Amino acid sequence: MNVNYTAEELAFRDEVRAFLSAELPTDIAQKVKLGKHLSKEDHQRWQKILSKRGWYAPGWPVEFGGTTWGPVEKHIFDEECAAFGAPRSIPFGVNMVAPVIIKFGTEAQKAHYLPRILDGTDWWCQGYSEPGAGSDLASLKTRAVRDGDHYIVNGQKTWTTLGQHADWIFCLVRTDPEAQQQRGISFLLIDMKTPGITVRPIITLDGDHEVNEVFFQDVKVPVENLVGEENKGWTCAKYLLTHERTGLAGIGASKAALAGLKRAATRLQSGGKPLLDDPLLRLQIAEVEMQLMAIEMSTLRILAAAKEGGVPGAESSILKVKGTEIRQAITNLRRKIIGPYALPFLEEELELDYDGDKLHEDATPGVAPIYFNMRKLSIFGGSNEIQKNIVAKMILEL
Amino acid sequence: MDFKLSEEQQMLQDTAARQVRDAYPFEKREQYSKSELGFSQDFWNQLGELGLTAVPFSEELGGFGGGGVETMLIMTELGRGLTLEPYLQSVIHGGGLLAQLGSDAQKENVLAEVAAGSLQLAVALEEPTSLYNLADVSTTAKAANGGYLLNGRKAVVIGGHSAGKIIVSARTSGGQCDEAGISLFLVDPSAAGVKRRVFPTIDGRKACELLLDNVQVALDDLLGEEGEAFAALRYQQGRAIAAQAALAVGYMQELCNLTLDYLKTRKQFGVPIGKFQVLQHRMVDMQTELEQATSMAMLAACHADAEDNAERTRVLTAAKYIVTRGARFVAEQAIQLHGGIGMTWEYNGAHYAKALVMIGHEFGDEDTALKAYAKDLEVA
Ligand SMILES: Cc1cc2nc3c(=O)[nH]c(=O)nc-3n(C[C@H](O)[C@H](O)[C@H](O)COP(=O)(O)OP(=O)(O)OC[C@H]3O[C@@H](n4cnc5c(N)ncnc54)[C@H](O)[C@@H]3O)c2cc1C
Repeated sequence: MNVNYTAEELAFRDEVRAFLSAELPTDIAQKVKLGKHLSKEDHQRWQKILSKRGWYAPGWPVEFGGTTWGPVEKHIFDEECAAFGAPRSIPFGVNMVAPVIIKFGTEAQKAHYLPRILDGTDWWCQGYSEPGAGSDLASLKTRAVRDGDHYIVNGQKTWTTLGQHADWIFCLVRTDPEAQQQRGISFLLIDMKTPGITVRPIITLDGDHEVNEVFFQDVKVPVENLVGEENKGWTCAKYLLTHERTGLAGIGASKAALAGLKRAATRLQSGGKPLLDDPLLRLQIAEVEMQLMAIEMSTLRILAAAKEGGVPGAESSILKVKGTEIRQAITNLRRKIIGPYALPFLEEELELDYDGDKLHEDATPGVAPIYFNMRKLSIFGGSNEIQKNIVAKMILEL
Repeated sequence: MDFKLSEEQQMLQDTAARQVRDAYPFEKREQYSKSELGFSQDFWNQLGELGLTAVPFSEELGGFGGGGVETMLIMTELGRGLTLEPYLQSVIHGGGLLAQLGSDAQKENVLAEVAAGSLQLAVALEEPTSLYNLADVSTTAKAANGGYLLNGRKAVVIGGHSAGKIIVSARTSGGQCDEAGISLFLVDPSAAGVKRRVFPTIDGRKACELLLDNVQVALDDLLGEEGEAFAALRYQQGRAIAAQAALAVGYMQELCNLTLDYLKTRKQFGVPIGKFQVLQHRMVDMQTELEQATSMAMLAACHADAEDNAERTRVLTAAKYIVTRGARFVAEQAIQLHGGIGMTWEYNGAHYAKALVMIGHEFGDEDTALKAYAKDLEVA
């Protein structure tokens, strides 16, 4: 056993660092660090840079434009990206639908969709949840009825992140209402421009527009947009969820957030002394840092085990629960240390191009909204309660 | 010991409850919050007409001589409706400072109007780096022209945007964190040199930064003795904390009710989610925090107007700690148990949750309270 990075891994890290210092646009990094909203254009600009280097889709097989990186390289890459303030890749295309297409799609689907994801032509969103089907995803009702060369889709999806910007949506739809729940579901790719689709914004409690309702009324979808077999969509869904969960631990993002917390606690003063001199705050930061150290090792350990034996199983649920709790603890401390400046709700200062007077040089306006926004981490991607149910059942066999 | 309310107290509670219920359906609150004033002038006027703004003041000041319990009853109802009016800032905190320190003339001219609800006060103590330490005052007041010249910046003054007068702490002598040398002034926000940068707060209210640039105030605008305001600041902050605890209890009651309803009605896996034991226990934990906060709000109410001594300080500090922590727990768990719905602007529960978390950003957070309590820990 050796938990140190090898010489090759260190060299790889240097390579990533050099790339990020040279190529990451400073205006984008600045926005990420201040918790400002990013535009679609910001994401696209960064995506192009990554694609050019061949690093936009590290998890894909090389033949489709991916890399040969193992879990350690991926981890190093994520961590460095977060530390430099690179935007997190929007996962729906590259990390969600793409692995499903690669595993279950036809050659034609691979040839058509994957390059368009890689070069940023298509933006994807995820159409799983419905008003009545959240944790109990398999109870979904959106219906797809075969009609010649098409499916006719009717129903509603909700909580669709970035649906307002997406070109395509991958949906779980019910194709056999008679079959037992999981058996009658199919995985469909739908062009958001198809007539009959309406997108309505949902504003979250922090005032942001990142989720939507998506309505389908007699939407015609070509049969060739089915991925895998009809009524076998649940297999795709489950495959995708395990992929999603591992990423949701968000170690790199937590490390960056923790570093930001420590910097702020050093910079911000009270009574003429840096806040970090306060013993209670130091204890709280120390505690979360040690937790993070442990979850990082757990992540690497579980991913390494998976490398030999396939995709990580229910263990990824443990990573999701603990990882999101840590991230939420960091945002909580970050909120506390700005004191009364958590109160001002300066939506305009969060805008992309705000260059007016700042209320306070150091009390970043994004801090309290981010604290509230990050409550979502324990709800989406399978709520933390559901993750614990999975661990209890699959690992502990309770 | 007796936990029963008197007949008058019961009536007061009913009046406040009815008033809030009628004026504060959630859609109306959104409108008030988005308006320029940031709250309802009509509702504020009603509080004045019904005498609710006069409750805590003594009879010779035109009040009803109410104490901590009466304040608690009103605050809890204001909390249940998630009201936006600066009652706590104007009547309890500002009014309390005036009642304790004001000269006869100040009481007659200013306090009478506060009690009637025709004048709204704000209290500007916090500074950009003071982090809830009342003694950390860099704003200066220098004797000039028979009065004082004020210079400095006051942070996040709740209700400061609409206040007719703002009570400002400033240093007349001593070093940055000295308790001695702090004075209080009644500042007219329309005076030359006063600048207010107004902003909404994340819990839907309005506040401002108060920038003072050579603001001339008269000798008559000094509250109490020069340099001697600290004891009153501490005492009145204690009253404000007691009132805030009751406010938080009102928020928690409503948010616990909303969550309990949701557990009974939301179905997943073919059953109401309240059938899942892990959620039952979580709901029990929320209810337990509500009970603990209710107890501390009562204990605080019964000490708020008592003589200033170590026991009172201990109780109020403990109330701040228990209530702030409980408030956050209830807020976070309520969001969690609602799933995606709990994250949305259009769901009123999310706004209760935000208000509950912000309890820890006014008059101190749980850490300042924990440290203060630990410092004076009694060892038998
Ligand atoms: C910001 C945000 C973005 C999202 N983005 C997307 C997206 O892009 N695409 C998409 O398809 N979905 C998305 N979601 C939806 C997300 O996956 C669901 O919110 C999640 O699955 C929970 O479902 P629900 O909201 O219906 O809550 P419910 O399932 O109703 O859950 C309510 C509460 O009950 C608990 N619960 C439910 N069942 C059990 C059980 N058996 N045992 C114990 N506790 C239980 C839950 O943990 C939760 O606390 C997003 C959600 C949010 C908040």
